[in-house]
Amino acid sequence: MAPPSGAPALSAAAREEIRGLAGLYEQRQSALLPALFVAQREAGYLTPSALAGVADALDLPLSEVTSVASFYSLLYLEPVGRHVIQCCTNLSCMLNGCGAVMQRFRDRLGIPPGATTPDGRFTLRTAECLAACEEAPAVIIDEDRWARVTPEGVDGLLARYP
Amino acid sequence: MPESILLKWTRDGAFRDLEGYRRAGGYRAAESVARGEVSSDQLIEWLVQSGLRGKGGAGFPTGQKWKFIPRAAPVKYVVVNADEGEPGTFKDRTLIEGCPHLLIEGIVLAAMGIGARKAYVYLRKEFYKGRRLLDEALAQARSAGLVGEGIFGSDRAVEIVVHSGAGAYIAGEESALLESLEGRRALPRLRPPFPAPAGLYQQPTLLHNVETLCHIPAVIALGPEQYKALGPPALFSVSGAVVRPGVYEAPLGVTLRSLIFEYAGGLRPGRRFVAAFPGGSSSAILIEANLDVKMDYDTLRQAGTMLGSAAVIVIDDAADMVEIIARTVEFYRDESCGKCTPCREGTIWITQIFDRILHGRGRVEDLALLESVAAGMTGTCFCPLGESVPPSLVASLRHFRGEYERHIAPTAVYASEAAHGH
Repeated sequence: MAPPSGAPALSAAAREEIRGLAGLYEQRQSALLPALFVAQREAGYLTPSALAGVADALDLPLSEVTSVASFYSLLYLEPVGRHVIQCCTNLSCMLNGCGAVMQRFRDRLGIPPGATTPDGRFTLRTAECLAACEEAPAVIIDEDRWARVTPEGVDGLLARYP
Repeated sequence: MPESILLKWTRDGAFRDLEGYRRAGGYRAAESVARGEVSSDQLIEWLVQSGLRGKGGAGFPTGQKWKFIPRAAPVKYVVVNADEGEPGTFKDRTLIEGCPHLLIEGIVLAAMGIGARKAYVYLRKEFYKGRRLLDEALAQARSAGLVGEGIFGSDRAVEIVVHSGAGAYIAGEESALLESLEGRRALPRLRPPFPAPAGLYQQPTLLHNVETLCHIPAVIALGPEQYKALGPPALFSVSGAVVRPGVYEAPLGVTLRSLIFEYAGGLRPGRRFVAAFPGGSSSAILIEANLDVKMDYDTLRQAGTMLGSAAVIVIDDAADMVEIIARTVEFYRDESCGKCTPCREGTIWITQIFDRILHGRGRVEDLALLESVAAGMTGTCFCPLGESVPPSLVASLRHFRGEYERHIAPTAVYASEAAHGH
């Protein structure tokens, strides 16, 4: 299936990478989640043309690709900021003050969880247990995990992600 | 505290590197099986004798699970559940980040034990560091001939593929994990068939939690009797309102009191123990009267709760029990896959009730309503996710009814308070 006209399809390199991923599995649909991350990395989020490009590269129906993509919280069907903050709000972090940490993120960024700052720098999200409870409150920014985050530490953390 | 057989590998990162791991005796167990010094039959028998049980939550005996894999099947798989997401559980992440070779050796042993040539590790997407370390360790093991074709100079082959998830708690449920690994929405499958006869791609599949696999080299190194005599050993994730949260290795059957007050250093100064989840947020909470309970499968079941993933979450008197339970139900609501009605609707109804209770709009009849919805979800959900909601909700209504009542009508005098002589 060709991507909608006018929208950029996946790059040749991305298509090549996806074909390589498909080779790791007995059935090519198994490569769908990793392939969606390849497309997301390239397009910033899963645009309609990125989804179509993945469907085309794996020879899967676009409806199936979209359905799967919409199920998982780390696959983005809407634009996200340059940096994504995942602030754990589950029990162990709650018992260690994550509420105040989340409040500080909200105050500093001026957005509620789920939103992106107007300058496109940060998306703030709640996260469920990150399996880092000995480091509670735990926060993941992009691919970095931060331990024992305090409200006072929030400014310093944000400054690391221009 | 007894000598460590698992956590010793994770200290200082000294065994992250292949050389360090091998120098300390790593991969010797896999080598002895690859070279035929220990047969697959012998290995399975040792696992049975060792008393090793699955560490992902269900506690199924490991040796028995291996026996369920049809021997003659031409294609079989090992699938590793590294989608650690049960609130309060962080032992698998500790093992993967601390010593990825220990997991790789466990996978190689499992594959040889059941005659599988391929293994998939379903790793939580959020384990970015774990993914990097596991990829590096796999590359080392591959170039040293310990993973891939002709491992340890034998004619055996074990290929390992690491597969990252995409953010879904339900993918940690074994049949949903297989769906997700096949590239679909992580919806649980109807069982039977169980994964042993028809798992990944409908082929026989041995599905294990990370920690379970990490125990196997020790069973071989120590022998099943000596291994079993150590408890058998288990990893406990202790977190929440304790001084030293962390993963602790202790014999199965250690008391809850010892885990909290000795291993994890007790509560913070001036704080009082109120309750604890013994096995992740899916297990019914225990109270002070239960502190001397032995943390093993059968004792906890008799106490009306479960060992689950052995994740102890400690709640002190600074916390509001109603908020704690409300948060756990919200979690299950958000993570429900929506496939079955009791879980999808029940979690929504319960969070709506909690919402009004916590916002001063609770009604006296809400407590009976909560009990009724919990009863409606018990034994009726398609998979364990929905079934995880009632245990703690019901236990909290039994032990902390007064806290609920104070939220609903702070000034009223309730029967439960009168009974407690307040």
